[in-house]
Amino acid sequence: METDFTFDDSGVYSFAYLDEMTKRMIRRAILKAVAVPGYQVPFGSREMPLPPGWGTGGLQVTASILGRDDVLKVIDQGADDTTNAVSIRRFFAHVADVATTERTGDATVIQTRHRIPERPLTEDQIIVFQVPQPEALRRFIPHEAVARKLHAFGRYGIMYVRLYEDISRLGHVAMSADYPVMVNGRYLASPSPIPKFDNPKLHRSRALALFGAGRERRIHAIPPFTDVKSLDFADHPFTVQHFEACCSLCGAQDSYLDEILLDDRGTRAFVCSDTAYCAERRDERTAS
Amino acid sequence: MITSIKGGEAAIAASHRLLAKRRRGNPAIADLGIDQIREQLSLAVDRVMSEGSLYDPDLAALAIKQSEGDLTEAVYLLRAFRTTLTRFAYAEPVDPAAMVVRRRIATTHKDVPGGQLLGPTYDYTQRILDIALLRASSDDLSDLAGEGESRCEREAEDDAAERGPHSAAHALTKDCGVLALADIVEDARPDGQSKVADITRDPVEFPSTRDQRLQSLARGDEGFLMGLCYSTMRGYGRNHPFVAELRSGDVGIVLTIPELNIPVGIGTICLTECQTVHLTTSDGALPPRYTRGYGLVFGHSERKALSMAILDRSLRSAELDETATYPGQDDEFVLSHCDSVAASGLVQHLKLPHYVDFQAEMQLLGQMRADYAERHANPSPKPTPGPDMITEALGGD
Repeated sequence: METDFTFDDSGVYSFAYLDEMTKRMIRRAILKAVAVPGYQVPFGSREMPLPPGWGTGGLQVTASILGRDDVLKVIDQGADDTTNAVSIRRFFAHVADVATTERTGDATVIQTRHRIPERPLTEDQIIVFQVPQPEALRRFIPHEAVARKLHAFGRYGIMYVRLYEDISRLGHVAMSADYPVMVNGRYLASPSPIPKFDNPKLHRSRALALFGAGRERRIHAIPPFTDVKSLDFADHPFTVQHFEACCSLCGAQDSYLDEILLDDRGTRAFVCSDTAYCAERRDERTAS
Repeated sequence: MITSIKGGEAAIAASHRLLAKRRRGNPAIADLGIDQIREQLSLAVDRVMSEGSLYDPDLAALAIKQSEGDLTEAVYLLRAFRTTLTRFAYAEPVDPAAMVVRRRIATTHKDVPGGQLLGPTYDYTQRILDIALLRASSDDLSDLAGEGESRCEREAEDDAAERGPHSAAHALTKDCGVLALADIVEDARPDGQSKVADITRDPVEFPSTRDQRLQSLARGDEGFLMGLCYSTMRGYGRNHPFVAELRSGDVGIVLTIPELNIPVGIGTICLTECQTVHLTTSDGALPPRYTRGYGLVFGHSERKALSMAILDRSLRSAELDETATYPGQDDEFVLSHCDSVAASGLVQHLKLPHYVDFQAEMQLLGQMRADYAERHANPSPKPTPGPDMITEALGGD
């Protein structure tokens, strides 16, 4: 039906850059992804004005779900002011004219690379992940056709074997980021290269999580309140990174920390990777 | 003193200004015009159009100027523009038999119907730097009127067939020369019978189909395709091609207007077409024969068309019951890695910050080093298998 959408020919580019037909195609892929949690839905990924591998999957998902009233937050490595985050935020401020924010609580859509904000997300928010490699099995199986078959049959033994080998050789699982998860008890999925510190935040999250892989042309999703289990064994439960230090700026002990090298003699300090969380904590302290 | 790094926005703006300055170069030297690039760097323009999948010499020239001659970047600029264009119709299949050829060779026979037409080629030039080109060119080429005019003039001509400086060319058919030997060469596929895939709209799924492969190869990186093609010829694949037909010239584009339902010529574009034949004996069900490879690219690019044709054939191993052993025979390997835009993007993303990932890996490294130190302090009685052994034991499947 042509009344489903209206063409916006007012500018050179459509609202949020992509043309309406493309956005509709991506929305359909997103709906399917939400309906089958953890399943990778192929979609006709487009070239974007940012290079593939720099967040074009996330960019296309965000472009397809943004409305004029949305408030967008973009983070890269947890920070709002890293160059790529700045570049993507400016892109949407330019082509979609949406409001942007650095405050996690104020955002309705959060596009992220490699982190989930420390402040718990709410049911009014959507988090969009940039995904370099959506296929969790790719580290063992280079062939797409074989990997798809294993997903279809739910045969994930190879991943458990990898975990087992790590534990028997090293005493622990040697995966620190992009730690595989089982979504809704059915599909093995990649949470994107977030540190495993962030994995528990995906479990029964109140916010919808969308994962866009532009180069690999796949979208997958974790709907709100979905069970997300990081793979482990009963006698070797999943653990997250633990920091001995606390944030040198805000004193947080519960956040993921970036290491700062202060000189070449090994002096170092740690600060929150989530810059918005850190700034808000410091503001609260100043206010009180 | 610890500060979190701020100022990304200002730094990006400053970087863009520095880029503009470098692009302009020495302001005392005349600014490079788009028309100069289009006319005098036409093979660069052709490559950008071909890998950018958009036939527009002016925009390709603009992309080359904007990217300071970095053709991979220029291809990307053109692609990013192309993706915003509305897809309102598909043209009729082009007819290379009706091509007004500027160059045409067949290497299987000395003389072939339609004749050999050397045309402009670097093949038989001696690769000696031409010092004369240091000065402004003053060669009188006016006797070559009608040959290789500028693109604008070419496009201004409505009916390319009326020019006809090469009457011999009109004797060309789609399959001539060795390709017409129906008893020893496999049949060509019928034209436009089934729906053709569109890899820019729907993602390629594996195993792929030939239309998907040809489309991917047509926009694939020339260097990557040439290297792979070279590998299949050097022994990483069993490829013994002959160039049955290589032609380059202008073909008309015909569009059937839906409202009118009549075919309308909307212009001409320059194409290079290459057909190879490969001796094929492995298939027991059919007698030994020649099978085909096909290459077709925008502009004048014989290296690309030839590489494409040979790879097209080597990627048909599943269809022809051959065992795919080498990278050049593996459609997933070739198609997933031949796109320069995707490849350049992922390779260069390593320049993005990776603080979080590095920190996670450092923690893992710390843990592994602690374990290692402990193990070596108290050596265990039996050695544990190394990681290489484990991976091998698991196999690929």
